[in-house]
Amino acid sequence: MAAGDAQFTAEARYYEKLPNRKIKCVLCPRECVIDDRERGYCGTRENRGGKYYTLVHSRVCTAHVDPIEKKPFFHFLPGSRSFSLATAGCNVNCKMCQNWEISQVRPEQIPSLYMPPPQVAALAQRNQCASIAYTYSEPVVFFEFMADAAVAARAAGVKNVVVTGGYIKPDPLKELCQKVDAIKVDLKAFSEKFYQEVVNGELRPVLDALVMIRKLGVWCEIVYLVIPTLNDSDAEFRGLAKWIRANLGLDVPVHFSRFHPEYLLKNLPVTPAATLERAKAACDAEGLRYVYVGNVPGHPAEKTLCPKCRKVVVDREGYWVKAVNLNRGRCRNCQQPVAGVWS
Amino acid sequence: MRVTRRSFARTAAAGLWTGWAGAAPVQRARVVIARDPKTVNLAGLLDRAMQAYFGTDNAVEAWRRVVKPGEAVGLKVNCLAGKGGSTSVPLVELICERLQQAGIRQEKIIIWDRLSEDLESAGFRPAKSTGRIQFLGNDVLGYESELSVYGSAGSRLAKTLTQLCDAVINLPVLKDHGIVGVTMALKNMFGAIHNPNKYHPNAGDPYVADVNMLPEIRSKVRLTICDALRAQYEGGPTYMPQWTWPYNGLLVSQDPVALDTVGWQILERKRAEMGLKPLREVGREPKYIATAADPNHRLGVNDPKRIERVEV
Repeated sequence: MAAGDAQFTAEARYYEKLPNRKIKCVLCPRECVIDDRERGYCGTRENRGGKYYTLVHSRVCTAHVDPIEKKPFFHFLPGSRSFSLATAGCNVNCKMCQNWEISQVRPEQIPSLYMPPPQVAALAQRNQCASIAYTYSEPVVFFEFMADAAVAARAAGVKNVVVTGGYIKPDPLKELCQKVDAIKVDLKAFSEKFYQEVVNGELRPVLDALVMIRKLGVWCEIVYLVIPTLNDSDAEFRGLAKWIRANLGLDVPVHFSRFHPEYLLKNLPVTPAATLERAKAACDAEGLRYVYVGNVPGHPAEKTLCPKCRKVVVDREGYWVKAVNLNRGRCRNCQQPVAGVWS
Repeated sequence: MRVTRRSFARTAAAGLWTGWAGAAPVQRARVVIARDPKTVNLAGLLDRAMQAYFGTDNAVEAWRRVVKPGEAVGLKVNCLAGKGGSTSVPLVELICERLQQAGIRQEKIIIWDRLSEDLESAGFRPAKSTGRIQFLGNDVLGYESELSVYGSAGSRLAKTLTQLCDAVINLPVLKDHGIVGVTMALKNMFGAIHNPNKYHPNAGDPYVADVNMLPEIRSKVRLTICDALRAQYEGGPTYMPQWTWPYNGLLVSQDPVALDTVGWQILERKRAEMGLKPLREVGREPKYIATAADPNHRLGVNDPKRIERVEV
């Protein structure tokens, strides 16, 4: 590693030492075994003489103030601003990645800023952000930085939200759940085949992570990017809906998002709105209460309806929140509780 | 097939190395293995290998069959393992000398690998003035912004390769690799892309073969000289001196698949001699070599019966 990178280097928290200066990373289910001077699949962690280091602590390659709806979180402080940041790297390699220029590169291949945790918290406050979002690339690969920034943010009264593929081992996930307030999981399909061929990962650990997040009481939403011909069958939608109902309950918001051709999947068309509606219908049929259509601005399924009286409780258009008709988390019309973090 | 230098010269002179079986062309390959039994005379070893491979008695003439005056020639070394486990500096210096004798200007020779610091840790020193041989890590010029795609591989290529080099001489080291089995000619091209960390699952198959199919790599790599002066049969790619032995040799071929096949055989033989299990039994069979030879890739020959091993 270049000497100039020392400020971004910190010993990794989840790894095991092996003979002959090798290490095994136990941060994500991939469990890379890494030789001295080599990096793991994510490209952000390096074995140096038998010790394992993150190279992306405080190494922010992009930061923006976004509406929380852009993550998307629809049931977490609607209309609030979120200080959103990322480092380089990812522990999968999705062929449809929209941020591959930061997620599929090594940290030294793109410009970065040094932004230590106290500065992250201070910038969030200065920009009147209710939360910090660890997003854009894959926060699991900058776990140590995220965890430290989350502690600093909490101390400053700022919440923390994570946008992740959920490909993480149970122990680090438990630690994360103690430090953050909401996690949005990109569930990329409901088949191992898709995960193997398109994501270069596995479905099972992601489902396990979702169950654990719910069990530990952290607010959770799911996004499912619907890609024509690859993960858009009725059987897959029905299987997903049944699994969510049985394992996560009815209150987890599910967003079916429109795909746009990107990165290594440029040969497929954008997702028809009718396909997204078909996915939503499968979840509605299972009784899931909050099912949305995403990346289709102006679609009626962008709004949150009261699960009892069906009045609009959060009125949205794109990332713009037009009205919140909730009072302490209850529908103003019928007083029905609406699941979420509202204040 | 094993042939001696003399029998190879006879057959080469008869022009039988690329033959026909019935109506279908049979792709053949040859790999020259030059060795010194005890003390290495590096210049003699390199010249002998090149002359044998190209069927000439003149070492400079052999190099002229690889490069043309005026071309910019990249020497893709392998430096990740630092001193001891990287391409030998004296070997590279000697190749630079021969290239200049063949008409390549000094400033048109580029020694490159992934990182400048890797080059330095292996003992390569940047030129302090212009008009000298260039030493470039990919970190200096960076990578192309557009992806180059083939099969499972989607990568940005090093600008050193795409913008500076007309031709590439591939200079790997004969050694074991803890994930993909062996690392020689094909695997060394991971140093030309921005995301090699993505291509190690499944023992590198089919990623290694796919990366070598990227047009800028396939069209520019003209020759592989594998540094087997000191080879490593276990514990790689990190330099582990306890698992190295003085092979005192060089492997030369224009067919990277054939060279890797022969190199793999050498490593397996040494593993067996040292009581280690074959790579297949430890889950590290380098299947990517066969993939590189399959009808979708045709990067070379992996069938030992169609590889002429020329030992000199």
